[in-house]
Amino acid sequence: MTKPATHAPLLDVRNLAKSFAGLNAVDGMSIALARGELTGLIGPNGAGKTTLFNLIAGSLKPDAGSIRLGGTDLTAIGPERRLRAGLGRTFQIPRPFGEMTVLENVLTAVQNQTGERMFANLYAFSRIAAEERRSVEKARAILDFLSLSRLENEPARVLSGGQRKLLELARVMITDPQVILLDEPAAGVNPALLDLIIDRIAEINRRGMTILLIEHNMEMIQRLCARVVVMAQGKLLAEGAPADIARDAGVVGAYLGDAA
Amino acid sequence: MSPEFLAYGAFFLTMALTYAIICLGLNVQWGQTGLFNVGIAAFVAIGAYASAILTTPDAAGRIGGFGLPIAVGWVGGAALSALLAFLVGWLTIRLRADYLAITTFGVSVSVQLVALNLVGLTGGPFGITFIPRPFGDLAGNALAFGLANLALVAAVVLVTYLILERLVRSPWGRVLRAIREDEIAAQALGKSPKWLRIQAFTLGGAIMGLAGAIQAHFIGFIAPENYLPMITFQVWAMLIVGGSGNNRGAILGAILVWALWALSGQLIEATFPAGSQARAASLRLVLIGVALCAILLVRPQGILREVRTLSRHALGRKQPEVSS
Ligand SMILES: Nc1ncnc2c1ncn2[C@@H]1O[C@H](COP(=O)(O)OP(=O)(O)O)[C@@H](O)[C@H]1O
Ligand SMILES: [Mg+2]
Repeated sequence: MTKPATHAPLLDVRNLAKSFAGLNAVDGMSIALARGELTGLIGPNGAGKTTLFNLIAGSLKPDAGSIRLGGTDLTAIGPERRLRAGLGRTFQIPRPFGEMTVLENVLTAVQNQTGERMFANLYAFSRIAAEERRSVEKARAILDFLSLSRLENEPARVLSGGQRKLLELARVMITDPQVILLDEPAAGVNPALLDLIIDRIAEINRRGMTILLIEHNMEMIQRLCARVVVMAQGKLLAEGAPADIARDAGVVGAYLGDAA
Repeated sequence: MSPEFLAYGAFFLTMALTYAIICLGLNVQWGQTGLFNVGIAAFVAIGAYASAILTTPDAAGRIGGFGLPIAVGWVGGAALSALLAFLVGWLTIRLRADYLAITTFGVSVSVQLVALNLVGLTGGPFGITFIPRPFGDLAGNALAFGLANLALVAAVVLVTYLILERLVRSPWGRVLRAIREDEIAAQALGKSPKWLRIQAFTLGGAIMGLAGAIQAHFIGFIAPENYLPMITFQVWAMLIVGGSGNNRGAILGAILVWALWALSGQLIEATFPAGSQARAASLRLVLIGVALCAILLVRPQGILREVRTLSRHALGRKQPEVSS
């Protein structure tokens, strides 16, 4: 449930803008997430939702605007440092490391690994081994949670579309983020996995995770989100409870392709 | 077998193994990280000259000549080459990939020119002589000297190989593989591709510098003409023949290509009249080129192809055999 706005928002995105060769893909978008909130982000194809995620996560540099997480300004830093600051994201088109196993995909995402320092591997044997054991344990718990355990030793390239979406989620979960940006985690997923994905997103949120969720499936939005933000042509079109939004004439118009 | 033949065999193998070290360095850069270094000669030369300057006795008309122990020279050569690699990496890896290729090529030409012209430091075209040789007091006995040096260089190859294998299977190697597969995904998981690439490039440079130093001490003298772009070509051929991405392949490829190189040299010496030998020498290049093409046609990934590596601790639990 949305908490009253007595505290500063955890994620505070203001007036972001990005244009591609004259096309204003994101055009002055602001969005604020309170801690623990699960907010939906909807809008027609090409509305600029994924571009907004890329701006927030740092894969794209904004033309204008700012991104703050827990009071820290992230606008000027690269995507890897934003993740380290607690801002995790998944990709609309999953990007597994195909030649690595599912387990290794998740292990790669662990933060602050001693063994990632090149020289440490030549002396800190026991410390690295102990860290790896803990990471493997944690990774397996997450894979279990997402029903991927059975596949842990498979190269990630053999995963189905839905399993890839789950792997994206597993990788971002093990980074212990404060906020997760989920880009269409259920698009193209078969119905059997869909329920699982919805259920797991709800559970992650229940454990306290702040989530911004791009999704086209209104039923899923209604099941998961207390608040929805609607984007069209790079701008904020509407904002409110899912039931109200579904009735909003402007939103319906945007989906039909004639938003003003 | 006669002692002369054995001594020659030891000499041949030792040379081949110094190339194997260079090749291991290139495998870190290209095989594991995808960094295109076309200036290998520069890193080998820097290692050789640095070590030579540190270890040779004082010589008239040349700066340096510090007379330090050979081991200090090796370390110094590796360190200086690492520094060069770090600078080149730091300046170019943030740019597009092709900048690295152009820059490394430029650096190798410059280093060669510096070696040729900075007479006061490098001895100019005559190079540096009287570089101390390991086991130099055995030099009277060619076989003992050859075998002792072979053992030493083989030990360096083994240690380098073991360290690199350990790194490949470490979390560091895992991130490197992730970056090679999908840089954007790796970044979104908090990994910093530029920094890891610079590390890998620097490590490769250090190994090449070490190899250069070892070569210099093994032969006992160096000159700018040893560090022409030819070396770069040879080492690339070695890695491609042996199997890029595979450390054992790098070692095997170095030995095979060096054998081809050495044998063809002898063949040319034996078959062509003295007058045309210089021109016939270019046949060796053609020969290596042909061998390269043949390998690429028959085994595009090299003799030993890259194996899918698991990090050491991610050897998963046993799966039930029957499932689904
Ligand atoms: N890298 C890019 N270069 C050029 N145009 C882009 C790029 N990324 C997105 N766009 C354009 O920006 C608009 C918004 O795209 P996107 O953010 O993917 O929308 P959504 O995720 O809401 O479907 C689209 O018109 C798209 O074609
Ligand atoms: Mg999108």
